[in-house]
Amino acid sequence: MSKEVFDFNAGLKKKLAITFVVGLVLLLIGAVMPGGEHADEEHEGDHAEESHSFNEPQTDMEVLAVADAEASEEGHGGGWFKRFKIDFWINNVYFTGIAIIGLFFFAIQYAAQAGWSAYIVRIPLAMAHWILPAGVLMLVSYFLFSHDIFHWTHSDLYEVGGEHYDKLIAGKASFFYFPLEGGSFPVFFVVRMVLFFGLWYWMFVKLKGLSLKEDELGGNTFWVQMRKWSAVFLGIFAVSSSVSAWDWIMSIDTHWFSTMFGWYVFASWFVTGLAVITLITVLLKEAGYLQQVTSNHLHDLGKFVFAFSIFWTYIWFSQFLLIYYANIPEESVYFVERLLSDHYSPYFFINLFLNFFFPFLVLMTRDAKRLNVFLKIACIVVIGGHWIDFYLMVTPGTLGESGAFGFTEIGMYLMFGAAFLFVMLKALSSFALVPKNHPMLQEAKHHHI
Amino acid sequence: MSDTKNYILGVFDDEDVLLKAVGQMRSAGVKIHEVYSPFPVHGLDEELGYKKSRLPIAAFMFGVLGTTLALVMQIWMLGIDWPMIIGGKNFVALPDFVPVTFELTVLLAAFGMVGTFLVSSDLKPWKKANLLDIRITDDRHIMAIDLAKNKAIDSGEITKALKSSGATEVNDKKVEA
Repeated sequence: MSKEVFDFNAGLKKKLAITFVVGLVLLLIGAVMPGGEHADEEHEGDHAEESHSFNEPQTDMEVLAVADAEASEEGHGGGWFKRFKIDFWINNVYFTGIAIIGLFFFAIQYAAQAGWSAYIVRIPLAMAHWILPAGVLMLVSYFLFSHDIFHWTHSDLYEVGGEHYDKLIAGKASFFYFPLEGGSFPVFFVVRMVLFFGLWYWMFVKLKGLSLKEDELGGNTFWVQMRKWSAVFLGIFAVSSSVSAWDWIMSIDTHWFSTMFGWYVFASWFVTGLAVITLITVLLKEAGYLQQVTSNHLHDLGKFVFAFSIFWTYIWFSQFLLIYYANIPEESVYFVERLLSDHYSPYFFINLFLNFFFPFLVLMTRDAKRLNVFLKIACIVVIGGHWIDFYLMVTPGTLGESGAFGFTEIGMYLMFGAAFLFVMLKALSSFALVPKNHPMLQEAKHHHI
Repeated sequence: MSDTKNYILGVFDDEDVLLKAVGQMRSAGVKIHEVYSPFPVHGLDEELGYKKSRLPIAAFMFGVLGTTLALVMQIWMLGIDWPMIIGGKNFVALPDFVPVTFELTVLLAAFGMVGTFLVSSDLKPWKKANLLDIRITDDRHIMAIDLAKNKAIDSGEITKALKSSGATEVNDKKVEA
């Protein structure tokens, strides 16, 4: 019989602490490296200079200049500290996604009355513990960093007749500032942020409470209630995930819009979350926990990662192809910024390789989905790959050509990762790894594919 | 006639009993010709010790063929044979080709897989079903044991073993091939 409660021992805590410190050191190395300062000097000059770094004919340039003014409005100055803020935002959105996908996956299992997953539902539940810290970080970092992240937060954009007046952004003002005037306090935006995190956290507490009570008292009533609340949460999540994608990422490129964007961010979040669930399941199994989990359960998780890698690619490509094919300047600027840039174009293709070709080819066969080693490799690549996906969503619109990838980015990722894992593993050690009285345990035991 | 095949048929009315019986018969050294059942029985493949199906390999090959054909077709048509400017793009603009390439890959993989399956299991519309027992189309599982492949074991022993492992009845069946 395997150990029933995860032991979050001192050795593991020490490892996480070391990871955090290494991240911090890398972050500081990034600060003193010449790269950080270099960006500062380069972009002190005219904003137009930035646009010219794209090797594009002059006609497109005019389009770019308009859209790019948005990115370079405040100048790309600020150097390392600005990079720090942007990295903070990328990681926060990315790990928020992993946490909320934990709850989403948990809810799907109950809403769909799934039996196969009864052994592993506590892992996504533990991931969802990050929702609260993520919400706090998101709110605080919004108030501290918003001027560097969101172009639309600059109040001079909304002054009619002013030098920086932007008709298009002023037209979108109520999406951020309702019921106040554009350029004042973004009530609607902040309310949405608080509301989403509040709803998510509330649903998380609700579902966790029911799940733990089921451990204690048994019976089917809790399971039936969890089904109900899961369905409620899925409805909330459908709307909130999409809107939060517009709010936290799409509004960075304020002029630009894509009707696929909510799905795109959701797909990226979902596949990352699935890869985290799978990876942790495999690692726990190797560490002697969850011995009930067989290769049949892993096969299903592997199929999830495989299928949703393809789903992400489908969404990514749908967004890309339509914009590329129609070639409407106000839409295609998004890809011009990424594809015709010396810095971002390699990442554009790395992103596709890591998140599509690699998991597609590695996880294609049945055997690969049933073997720990393949699952681990594919999941690690997908988890890292989607960080690059978020990097590509956020950085070009905020840092422009002064964006870079170096110690700062890696350091921030390690720090966030360590903090996330600490919260998650601490939560995982606080309850039984397998729900004790889950009515589907028998079905999970006989799961066979 | 040398083409006559002699089978012993064990009839089972419960798939759990059947699964256990398959294991028992195999560990007793009996070579099972085939098990017929009206619905898929989970775990039967493993119990019977079937080798992994090679069908996915065929599917992959047909998929690669589809990808190649689609790309060659589009590049040749739009890039070489009759270059046309579409939407101001290059003649050979790969993103444009992705949807067609994807569709042809899926189409050929699916058709190829079905075709391979039909050929390899000798299925065709005019095929006469050669049922060892009509009840496998309803509610009974049949374990067929080919006597020619089990010469080492006495047929009486096999019958006994089948009975003791839970077969509701055991029949002999001669099939003219």
